[in-house]
Amino acid sequence: MREGSLAQMSPEAAANPWLSWSYVQDNAPEILGYLGQHAGLTLQAIVIAVVVAVPLAALAHTWPRLAGPIVGTTGVLYTIPSLALFAVVYPFLRDRRATVLLGLVLYALLLLVRNTLVGLATVDPAVRDAARGLGYGRWRLLFLVELPNALPSVMTGLRLAAVSTVALVTVGVVIGYGGLGQLMFRGFSSGYRAQIMTATLLCLALALVIDLLLYLLGRALTPWARSAGSR
Amino acid sequence: MNQIQAAFVWLNDPINWSGPNGILALTGEHLLMTALAVLLAAVVALPVGIVLGHVPGAERAASITVVLTNVSRALPTLALLTIFASTAIGFGNRPTILAAAIFALPVILANTYAGLRGVDADVRDAARGMGLSGWRVLGQVELPLALPLITAGLRTATVQVIATIPLAALVGGGGLGTIIVAGFGTQRYGQVLAGGVLVAALCLAVEGVLALAQRLLTPAPVLALQRS
Repeated sequence: MREGSLAQMSPEAAANPWLSWSYVQDNAPEILGYLGQHAGLTLQAIVIAVVVAVPLAALAHTWPRLAGPIVGTTGVLYTIPSLALFAVVYPFLRDRRATVLLGLVLYALLLLVRNTLVGLATVDPAVRDAARGLGYGRWRLLFLVELPNALPSVMTGLRLAAVSTVALVTVGVVIGYGGLGQLMFRGFSSGYRAQIMTATLLCLALALVIDLLLYLLGRALTPWARSAGSR
Repeated sequence: MNQIQAAFVWLNDPINWSGPNGILALTGEHLLMTALAVLLAAVVALPVGIVLGHVPGAERAASITVVLTNVSRALPTLALLTIFASTAIGFGNRPTILAAAIFALPVILANTYAGLRGVDADVRDAARGMGLSGWRVLGQVELPLALPLITAGLRTATVQVIATIPLAALVGGGGLGTIIVAGFGTQRYGQVLAGGVLVAALCLAVEGVLALAQRLLTPAPVLALQRS
């Protein structure tokens, strides 16, 4: 079909630009739909990952014997390619969204667990001693002293995880639920460059916006880090 | 349970192992593509990282490394892959190798730079004081001391590349990813599961082999230094 009509095509129609504002305008609802899917998946994944990872890290910190198995398991999960993970999970879940979400959460876990553990381990021993001296028990020490002190490290891990997650969502294409990746893949299949480039730029913008929001959240959560004025 | 059975049946069928599209051939192709991508990335990243780490006062240029790493984290592999596949590079294995190499580059670069930069300034001074030329300081002092980090970078990059190569199947390329993509296309989820397990197993196996190789290749004095 394409070959046959190629001769009659006007030069304008034959042009295949990487950027096309008219494409964006004509397909705004569809593009926004995929952007929403992409952002929704990312946010949901990182929220779940935090809810799972921080207690896991706290557990590993409180009982160091658990640290090896917890970090090891998340490391193995991280090594498995996302495509393979989706392939292993989908036949059982049979739900596109849940499969992608599970994959994203498992990936974010390693970065979050590792950073939280580092944050907990690098709490100033003098601060810990002072809290113990004030009669803080193990749990109060963890929740009121160690975790707040680990917050900057947790936020660093969270930002890394969020940015990687935005990029990773696109692999969901393989099961037909890849957010903006769907547009990239369709653009590739039909040879339409503007579609690929638009989706790519939106992905980068989404990563940037989420990173900025998390940075601001981190600043709001740790006011003491600013007043210290070390940097 | 049914899917696991189907996956076992698929894996037990000798037809799926032999031939040009068999598991063995695809694994070979997968490993070859990985080697090419890592080689391509290393050829660019190692010299640049060594120069940036060796030459004093290259700190500003080295911040490129940080920017590269951050952008490469946010840029989806699929984006680069589909962009390459839509240009003169063509679709199939070539854009995949190129995309995987580009994502491996910052990893190798950052580790090489950090390795050379991390060499104790006193050691470097001592070498100079003994009359070693710039090249000999690099070759006999800095590089051996930076080796653990450089090999760590190569290892991380390789594992990352081997996990990226399955995406080739989406743009008409080869490798083990084709088993998964073809399975999804034909809704044979036993095959999908088998493909997923094969890719995961390959990645974990290569990671294990590289970890072992890294330990064996690290010079004994450096290893002792790390322990102390």
